[in-house]
Amino acid sequence: MKHLLSTGSLSHKQAVRILDTAGQMAATQAREIKKLPTLRGRTVVNLFFEDSTRTRISFETAAKRLSADVINFSAKGSSVSKGESLKDTALTLQAMGADAVVIRHHASGAPHTLAHSGWTHGAVINAGDGTHQHPTQALLDAFTLRRHLSGPGDVTGRDLAGLRVAIVGDVLHSRVARSNVQLLHTLGADVTLVAPPTLLPVGVDAWPAAVSYHLDEVIDTKPDAIMMLRVQRERMSSAGGGFFPSPLEYTRGYGLDARRLAAMPEHAIVLHPGPMNRGLEISADAADSPRAVIVEQVANGVAVRMAVLYLLLAGSEGTQDETRHDQTNDQPNDQTTKNETKVDA
Amino acid sequence: MSTGRKYLLRDVAPYGGDRTTVLLADGVVAAIGPEVSDDDATVIDGRGLVLLPGLVDLHTHLREPGREDAETIRTGTRAAALGGFTAVHAMANTTPTQDTAGVVEQVWRLGRDAGWVDVHPVGAVTVGLEGERLAELGAMAESRAQVRVFSDDGKCVHDPVLMRRALEYVKAFDGVVAQHAQEPRLTENAQMHEGVVSAELGLAGWPAVAEEAIIARDVLLAEHVGSRLHVCHLSTAGSVEIIRWAKSRGIDVTAEVTPHHLILTDELARGYDPTFKVNPPLRTQRDVEAVRAGLADGTIDIVATDHAPHTREDKDCEWAAAAFGMTGLETALSVVQETMVDTGRMTWTDVARVLSEAPARIGRVSDHGRPIAVGEPANLVLVDPAARRVINPEEQATKSGNSPFRGRDLSGCIVATFLRGRATVLDGTSCDEDVVVRW
Repeated sequence: MKHLLSTGSLSHKQAVRILDTAGQMAATQAREIKKLPTLRGRTVVNLFFEDSTRTRISFETAAKRLSADVINFSAKGSSVSKGESLKDTALTLQAMGADAVVIRHHASGAPHTLAHSGWTHGAVINAGDGTHQHPTQALLDAFTLRRHLSGPGDVTGRDLAGLRVAIVGDVLHSRVARSNVQLLHTLGADVTLVAPPTLLPVGVDAWPAAVSYHLDEVIDTKPDAIMMLRVQRERMSSAGGGFFPSPLEYTRGYGLDARRLAAMPEHAIVLHPGPMNRGLEISADAADSPRAVIVEQVANGVAVRMAVLYLLLAGSEGTQDETRHDQTNDQPNDQTTKNETKVDA
Repeated sequence: MSTGRKYLLRDVAPYGGDRTTVLLADGVVAAIGPEVSDDDATVIDGRGLVLLPGLVDLHTHLREPGREDAETIRTGTRAAALGGFTAVHAMANTTPTQDTAGVVEQVWRLGRDAGWVDVHPVGAVTVGLEGERLAELGAMAESRAQVRVFSDDGKCVHDPVLMRRALEYVKAFDGVVAQHAQEPRLTENAQMHEGVVSAELGLAGWPAVAEEAIIARDVLLAEHVGSRLHVCHLSTAGSVEIIRWAKSRGIDVTAEVTPHHLILTDELARGYDPTFKVNPPLRTQRDVEAVRAGLADGTIDIVATDHAPHTREDKDCEWAAAAFGMTGLETALSVVQETMVDTGRMTWTDVARVLSEAPARIGRVSDHGRPIAVGEPANLVLVDPAARRVINPEEQATKSGNSPFRGRDLSGCIVATFLRGRATVLDGTSCDEDVVVRW
């Protein structure tokens, strides 16, 4: 694995390894001194063609906790807004010696193009491209699901086999949904997509997920987790008179409120990738309930992104030498300290 | 009129049939027969070669005037000759638009000066391709360019009233409206065929219905006003069905398919390589099968290249930022051979029909697409169907490198092309020394 472009290209083994590594990273983040020297002298560029303070800060924090140098390159106010192409921007960053490029772009496939064009030699990490993929979001969601729902005790090495997850909202425009469908399926979970038909893509029937137009019916099946997707308000006014008649009708059909939350099983958790539209896809009651793990998702995001940066950049200690890495990471729990030492080294 | 040079095509197979010898002299087919000979003629050993009427492309983008960085009339027509063409129709979406007699005459004259093939400019249906008011169709028809094909290609004449008026108006000079069938509202920001692959890649979909709905509307309009309609680059199984139905009703409609829609599918978008970004988009394997069947049974009348050269900067970028289109002049016959002839679905006589005779008839080009017979203009192409070649865009004559067949091994090679008895291509190489103005 040289790049992280899509969850679809992750094997079960690779996905579990990333989650396990994230677990080790999360453990280090409980310490008073959070910083690890692992990526000292390495340069990570955050190349953001689209505004996203949350994701950028999460990647920046992750890179800095691993002691990498971080360059933030935002399209706003840069030469990109003056018409510089993705190619020239990438060549410039390459000339400056980027070891990894974390890219967010409004065009689906832009990270793929960057990774395969020869414009940069570094690892490319997709931080969200158009309506295609947002793999680290799906990984942090999976990490959160595993931590809460895979049973008692140490979760290292486990997947999400048998868990039932409902993903609710604007699937059509959601890179989070696409990434999660592929990753959760790879990890053994059963995914049901819930949305009005206008917010599901043509071709969704080929995805490894069930589809429903009715949230209440899906909640009646007692899912283990429900993931609410952000519904952008501008979707109401776009082509064809909008994707649904009104915010109120959307909320009545697909919003998560106290009533629906109460109908969920005791153990079920609520996820949201943020930022939330309170009152539209999720009510304050649901968002602030103890079953909502939304704030924890943000914290887990840092651990997962540390894991991804570590695995992609730490050379032979990463995934490039499969065997060696397996020997390291598949060790039982009492070896965790040793593993952490290795991360520190 | 001709160079005076004579060619003796010895032991060639016209339309892939029985071998014979053909003498070209004074710009025409002078003699045909196994015993024909001429001591002054340049002899070409035609054993194993198929002789066809020179190919006629109803749909070429030569880009001049305006985008000479992507193609010029000279480079594009040289590519056409190397692809076996003797006439091409130059689409109207130039800058300035080919929407006045002045611009179409300029394109026509530049084509004549280049000398590689006959260039027949296509006139825009509406001023500036804006879809708001008719361009001066009559003036273009009466100009020296003698325009008979009108198209806003690249854009759809989507206003039904305007389309009706255009269909009616061109009847006065036996013209035809060539429609780029794309419902604009259904395809806003569309990037690729809408289906399983677009859903996964997160690229905005270009649904089949956006093409089919316009074709259905237009065949009914053509029937209502008794006009001739041509459908550009149809790409879906549903479009084939609609054309088949329209023809069964006696509607005067013709349809074309591109070589790339005969062989490539939307699966190629998976690598986000904009070389495969084209409009209409590459469809599914089911659609490929349907357009092949439609071409074989005559529902689809012609193959036209939609040769669309683009500069490197317009393709060397992320998918959404890239231009639509792919080159095709130098690979068209190979793709037709590979998909239709090598598979046994069509004969070489059929190839002559779909790549020469029918496009010449639709475009009202009287001296191309003619039978291979004594006294006919010597617009001919000699093909080696047994040869194979690997496509390298850098070695092509087109100025642009956006061939979707890079690195692909294709059947068949053009050995020679003759325009009014003059060789534009010999031994698979363009006759750069000889092709200058001879008028």
